[in-house]
Amino acid sequence: MSGHDAMVSGNGRARKAALPWPLAVGGLLVGLHIVVALLTLVWTPYGVGDMAGGRLEAPSLAHWAGTDRLGRDLMTQIMIGSRIALLVGCGAVALGALIGVTIGILAAFATRTLDDVLAAALDILIAFPTLLLAMLIVASSDGASLGTAILAIGIAGSAIVARLTRILAKRVLAMDYITAARVAGTGWPGIARIHVLPNIWPTLIVNFALQFGLAVIAEASLSYLGLGAPPPNASWGRLLQEAQASVYTAPFGAIAPGIALVSLVIGLNLFADGLRDAADPTRRRSR
Amino acid sequence: MTLLSLSGVSFAYAAGKTVLHGIDLAVRDGGNLGIVGESGSGKTTLLKLLLGLERASAGTVSFRGAPLDARDRGFMLGFRRSVQAVFQDPYSSLDPRQRVSDIVAEPLRSLKIGTDIAEAVAQALRDVDLPPDAAGRYPHEFSGGQRQRIAIARAIVARPALIVADEVVSALDLTTRTRIIDLMRALSTRTTFVVVSHDIALVALLCERLVVLEKGRIVEEGATREILARPSHPYTQRLLASTPRMPARG
Amino acid sequence: MSTLLSVENLEIRTAGRVLVSGVSFSITAGERVGLIGESGSGKSLTALAVLGLLPDSMRASGSVLMDGRQIVGARDRDLVPLRGRSVAAVFQEPMTALDPLMRIGGQVGEVVRRRAARDGRKPGRAEVDAQVTALLERVALPEPGRVARAFPHEISGGQRQRAAIAMALACRPKLLIADEPTTALDVTTQAEILKLMEGLVRDEGMGLLFISHDLPVVATVAERALVMRRGELIEEGAVEPLFDRPAHPYTEGLVAAARAFDAALETAP
Repeated sequence: MSGHDAMVSGNGRARKAALPWPLAVGGLLVGLHIVVALLTLVWTPYGVGDMAGGRLEAPSLAHWAGTDRLGRDLMTQIMIGSRIALLVGCGAVALGALIGVTIGILAAFATRTLDDVLAAALDILIAFPTLLLAMLIVASSDGASLGTAILAIGIAGSAIVARLTRILAKRVLAMDYITAARVAGTGWPGIARIHVLPNIWPTLIVNFALQFGLAVIAEASLSYLGLGAPPPNASWGRLLQEAQASVYTAPFGAIAPGIALVSLVIGLNLFADGLRDAADPTRRRSR
Repeated sequence: MTLLSLSGVSFAYAAGKTVLHGIDLAVRDGGNLGIVGESGSGKTTLLKLLLGLERASAGTVSFRGAPLDARDRGFMLGFRRSVQAVFQDPYSSLDPRQRVSDIVAEPLRSLKIGTDIAEAVAQALRDVDLPPDAAGRYPHEFSGGQRQRIAIARAIVARPALIVADEVVSALDLTTRTRIIDLMRALSTRTTFVVVSHDIALVALLCERLVVLEKGRIVEEGATREILARPSHPYTQRLLASTPRMPARG
Repeated sequence: MSTLLSVENLEIRTAGRVLVSGVSFSITAGERVGLIGESGSGKSLTALAVLGLLPDSMRASGSVLMDGRQIVGARDRDLVPLRGRSVAAVFQEPMTALDPLMRIGGQVGEVVRRRAARDGRKPGRAEVDAQVTALLERVALPEPGRVARAFPHEISGGQRQRAAIAMALACRPKLLIADEPTTALDVTTQAEILKLMEGLVRDEGMGLLFISHDLPVVATVAERALVMRRGELIEEGAVEPLFDRPAHPYTEGLVAAARAFDAALETAP
């Protein structure tokens, strides 16, 4: 009891300025991918379709990651892959957040029956595999594109975001300061905006960073199956798929995009971990 | 003048459990009213009805003679401007992500009270003896007693006629408790308090009138002085006998 | 009277902060002592140190002799037999002391069996049941048979606290430590529990260390009181003279505040 009180009365201003290492390392990895992605807009080592070297060449000074079976520079394609991964990740997370947070907040405020219906619907949606969803969306549109990938991954992610938002919002709604806000005359939209969102935001942001990592993997999986962005969009998933046939003779064709994918996903996960620590004042103070 | 009145009010949860039976109660201007009850007495539910946070299953809750109607926004605005509240737990009753200035200003903004918000907040903080620089800080930078002062500042900022205080000192240390009670006494000159508590001594310190609630029914009501001197209901007698006292001075 | 508990110069630290320092007091067999303090005074930490139950992040130094055994620095394994035989505890929230998934009778029975095993006996089921019923009757639980079959959430808070006291008694300890045991209870229930505890301690000749922030409550159960503030013991003495003529201004403030509440209940003729 007394220990707890002593901690609470401790001055919250005594924060440590040191950057937690997961945030630093994660930020560095993600930052690297962002820089590369931006760079591809103005410069790549070779043109993306240029057959600049021999077929299935090993890495060399001229071709850092080697060449593919048509003699195209792999480094160029991997760099463009960063752009695709980040674009699809951003789009999918943004879409998932928009849909998910909206549904989650509505469910938290809803009456019991509506809440039960929404919760059940979310459970079904979560159980629905992203790939199946993507196939459905591709089948019902003009074919696979960046847009269908974003739509499929975003919708699949939105169910998870919605469920998390609902749980977090319900916890906030049980607090006395919500009752106090009602007594102060604040309506439900105001309560959602002033009290609920600011209090659940830190946890949601962390979740978005994790979702980003999942979206990058999902995009690679879709491209691998041919359900992602069509050529000339050099997605890592497609590079992996193309390298599969020659994985014994030219392993670098698979290893290089693999490293790119793993480094981005690990970076995003570390970044999410670091954010969680930074956002949680109790963890921050116990350091 | 009667601010709030309950006539024949009963309340049952959806599951069918009735927690209040035929409550008649009037809260008048001037002179605090205490509501004493232990767990299971229905005092929390009664408090929610008084604040218009729950709707009675039977009977009517009236504000200045007119029945409360949650759908009449204009009427509810007037009701909320007049009736504010302070809650038990000073840790969960303040939004941890808001600055004190925003916490205290919430009723002014939500109730659309046209006034200089910064000045009104500063005045409210002065009224509860908090330093002016408190406005820019966050709740976790304050102790339990100071947090309760912030909650009281939020309750008085709109200058309501009535403040419902729910177990406001039970989470506080004894010495802090005394200071908050002194503050509430000082504020009693300009607003009426309804003090809801399990602690009959606290209610006796603050209220001229009291009602004793047991198992959803009012078992005794009247002037505090009278009830303390001659408790008529066995439950009130037991409550008084159970309250531990200091040993007599030697 | 023999000394049951002797605390000498107890200090508790965590991560460079001193939470309790220079606390010394003793309790003789059968003595009822109140430990008064507000939040952050270190009163609960002192109790945990006496039980050898401080969190791993905290270090105690000084000496705590319980029934002749040193608690400070002892390995937890060596303290297990001491807890129960020499000292037992009751806390503020009885729900935390009880296993929510086990019937009350089963929980009390387990302590009875453990106690018997320590004496080298293995009681039969009937004997355990009889002792459980006797214990539940001892703490004045109505319908002990029904309570024994109930899960903790099926009985009231006051009944849970009685059950927790029954478990503490089942060990037949020489010292009972009660940390705010009635704070979470209603006033009427509190009065009953206090009366029960005082009677039990008196009848069994147990020592009692009663920790509370509530002066009148301490006055009802204790003969002697210690006052702690910010980790230090600032005053001690027999309850009546202490509350009559407190020496320390802090105690004076507490007494005045408590008397103000009392005065509110006095009705001048």
